[in-house]
Amino acid sequence: MSYIAKPKFHHPKLPVNDLGLTQRDYEGSLSTLCAGCGHDSISAAIVQACHGLSIEPHKVAKLSGIGCSSKTPTYFLNKAHGFNSVHGRMPSIATGANVANKELLYIGMSGDGDTASIGLGQFSHAVRRKLNMVYIVANNGTYGLTKGQNSATTDPGSKNKKGVDNALEAIDIAGLALQLGATFVARSFSGDKNQLEPLLKAAIAHKGFALIDCLSPCVTFNNNPGSTKSYDYIREHNETLNRTDFVPMKEEIVTHYEPGSSHEVCLHDGSVLHLHKLGDEYDVGNRIDALHYLQRKQSEGKVLTGLLYINTDTSDLHEIENTVDKPLNQLSKADLCPGNAVLQNINESFR
Amino acid sequence: MKVVKSIDHSVRINDFVIKFANVNGTGSASANHLFAKSIFRMGIPVSPRNIFPSNIQGMPTWYEVRVNENGYLGRKEAVDMVVAMNAQSFLDDVNSVEPGGYLLYDSSNYLDTAQYRNNINWIGIPISEICLREFSNPKQRQLFKNIVYVGALIALLDIEFSVVKDLVKDQFAGKEKLITSNVFALELGCQWVKENIKCPLNIRVKRANKLKDKILIDGNEAAGLGCVYAGATIAAWYPITPSTSLVDAYSKYCHRLRIDPGSGKKKFSILQAEDELSAMGMVIGASWNGARAFTATSGPGVSLMSEFLGLAYYAEVPVVLFNVQRGGPSTGMPTRTQQSDLLATAYASHGDSKHILLFPANPAECFQMATEAFDIAERFQTPVITLSDLELGMNDWISDRLEWDDATAYDRGKVLSADDLGELEDWGRYKDIDGDGIGYRTYPGTHPDKGAYFTRGTSHNTYAEYSEKGEDYVEGMERLQRKFNTAVKVLPAPVIKPSEQNSLYGVIYYGTTEPAMDEALNILKNQGIELDAMRIRAFPFNKDVFSFIEHHQRVFVVEQNRDAQMRTLIINEGDMNPASLDTVLYYAGLPITASYISKTIMDKLQKLIPDNKTFIERRSTKGSSDELYCET
Repeated sequence: MSYIAKPKFHHPKLPVNDLGLTQRDYEGSLSTLCAGCGHDSISAAIVQACHGLSIEPHKVAKLSGIGCSSKTPTYFLNKAHGFNSVHGRMPSIATGANVANKELLYIGMSGDGDTASIGLGQFSHAVRRKLNMVYIVANNGTYGLTKGQNSATTDPGSKNKKGVDNALEAIDIAGLALQLGATFVARSFSGDKNQLEPLLKAAIAHKGFALIDCLSPCVTFNNNPGSTKSYDYIREHNETLNRTDFVPMKEEIVTHYEPGSSHEVCLHDGSVLHLHKLGDEYDVGNRIDALHYLQRKQSEGKVLTGLLYINTDTSDLHEIENTVDKPLNQLSKADLCPGNAVLQNINESFR
Repeated sequence: MKVVKSIDHSVRINDFVIKFANVNGTGSASANHLFAKSIFRMGIPVSPRNIFPSNIQGMPTWYEVRVNENGYLGRKEAVDMVVAMNAQSFLDDVNSVEPGGYLLYDSSNYLDTAQYRNNINWIGIPISEICLREFSNPKQRQLFKNIVYVGALIALLDIEFSVVKDLVKDQFAGKEKLITSNVFALELGCQWVKENIKCPLNIRVKRANKLKDKILIDGNEAAGLGCVYAGATIAAWYPITPSTSLVDAYSKYCHRLRIDPGSGKKKFSILQAEDELSAMGMVIGASWNGARAFTATSGPGVSLMSEFLGLAYYAEVPVVLFNVQRGGPSTGMPTRTQQSDLLATAYASHGDSKHILLFPANPAECFQMATEAFDIAERFQTPVITLSDLELGMNDWISDRLEWDDATAYDRGKVLSADDLGELEDWGRYKDIDGDGIGYRTYPGTHPDKGAYFTRGTSHNTYAEYSEKGEDYVEGMERLQRKFNTAVKVLPAPVIKPSEQNSLYGVIYYGTTEPAMDEALNILKNQGIELDAMRIRAFPFNKDVFSFIEHHQRVFVVEQNRDAQMRTLIINEGDMNPASLDTVLYYAGLPITASYISKTIMDKLQKLIPDNKTFIERRSTKGSSDELYCET
């Protein structure tokens, strides 16, 4: 980790976005994670994505549980409120927060222990509820803060730092999210920011539960030979399904794509996602195919990354619940309290 | 009808207990409620209790109705009449009748009553036979048995038929067929009795004017309605007996009163969580984001919520939690009542955590405290746990009307607006600017540059930054203590009922012990024992609680748990001498009774002051405490 305070000066000609803000306006405090930690790259990608989309920083709520992953919200978007909750319980905090105010952008940061072990239940049910949020799992297959125990996403046969094979089956977070009805499911690699950033932009623009299972190696406890979550292993076995270009609604589409090479997905806010297929053909709008393909690639020993599934034709929790347009936290007493005259009528019904 | 000759047959008007013994799931509850409410409508104080199993269909269930013109409505053990409709529990039910009391049974099949007791009156009515003869539909033949016995009771107890008929009309408004068939069934029972039995019985009712404008309502209904009035927009919960009906009530009134007329959309959201952990997380998330949110649960749920309660306490997020207590530990007695979650809620969660508790004692207070809980939680930015119990939550009580002052503004506590923030040079979330221990909050999304902070369960400094410095930690913990001291001043004060002469002895109680306590005080008074009484309504304790104890030689703490949890809490928080506090404990799962309280206190006083025989002598000349009460 670094010990010096983060400097505030920046190059006077740093590019500004539509709000007149530079990337520095989207940064957070200096990271206290290990040098080379994959999670820092995720933080950087979030900074870039939010800046690129001209999101007002204070209109973001960043939430997390416990673990190295869950420390990261300190390292991006200093102007946003943060909630570092308890282990594995971020989804319920996010659910309550989102129901209270639908107008903020909710970014949840979690890890494999936080999501796949202690928080598996809350994660599953947040997905089921179609909560409108971006849920990022910084997945390194190990418990870093407690010094390298296996997690529920450690692959069978993956070696830990001491060279011991993991005997247990792994939970595939992306596969689980697909099964439970997430409407945006991607897997990425923190070592590939060019892939991660557009995926993040698309996840933010997506309305509904957007999961990014981001492989993010732990340089201290799980980057050893034989580990399936090391930088080397992921680079060697990464099979990129597609490349995404995110075109915000306001921008004119200038790039021309060769016919047949790309697939366009129009998002809720009018933005367009261009998907360049790199691997085998399958329709990212077909959940069954996605599940099947994910498992096939896994059995082949590949680490499949890219946008695995997207469904833009769905409702989020607020639509399902049919809540009023105005955020619930902005309703006043006049909106909410029926008054004493009504109460006296209610009293009469108990006579 | 077999009449007992040897027992005193003095007429008792508006003063008896009747118990219905039924099979769970046979529709008896609504018939029994019809009976109880009819008595209520005749202006007579009545307290119905549903004593039900953790079961959907088939197990024995009871419904006790105490009728008492003087308004003593705590549970009374002595049952004057049993309507025995359950073969499974028949023997127990027969044995539960007081000598000289009545047993109403279905005589459709021959029953040799001589095999049982001869010191009670047997009233055989061919209920099944009547239903079989009069109804063709098998479902009706079953369901109307209940209505037929209510009809029989109309004649036996001298209930006004028109009152019951009007109730049926109210209940089935718009469903003429149901009204006709139910009234017909009532008439069948009533007519049969009039033709075959000398009635009314010696226990009977007579119209009184004791209830004025009171209402008959259960505590959960009142609390759920209170949440609507308090402006709660989010209920997150996991179903658990006996709290479920609180959220059901909130839901019912929201669907009636909180639908936007223009769009048809909801000005509320009810989230059924996957467990109580999640329910509490949702409440915290919503409250953090500036909405009023609550959850309702019972003991097992509180255990699961404890982790989050610690977070809310330490990170200072408002939480409103209703704990409708049931018998513990573990799954315990899910359908019985207890006051056994005091310590588990007062100090819920690891580390030095403590929480504000409210103790409602009746439905009007459930409503009132529900509305206050949100103000207190937001003002002090901390969890507020309202502790009622199954007895209050799920049974109908005679209650004062619910009142709401339209001039009341919601107290949202110290929350900074964008304008406030704009003017501030320096702001720290956990700074104690006003010296009351309460910092200033900001909601997410308020201001572009100011007011953002990290809410965390880790130790933090006054700027909400992570800090492992001892002085930062201690400063925060001491401020939390200061905040609690501030809270004491605004929490509901104890209700003190002094005796006529200042007594050397006092009694402390809370929650649903109240009706039994009121009656017990009267019984004791008639024995020459005057006690000063105090009902505690909130924790942390008002200073009056401690001075009350200091001003008495000995104080009895009456509560419905094994371990004297309130006594422990008082001793611990007030540094009180344990010897000054004696216990009166009842925790068998049914509500505590006046006779139990008065007898326990008398026995204890007898040991305490053996020389003073006055009250003991008076007691022996006057017979049992229950009878004593009846004479007054």
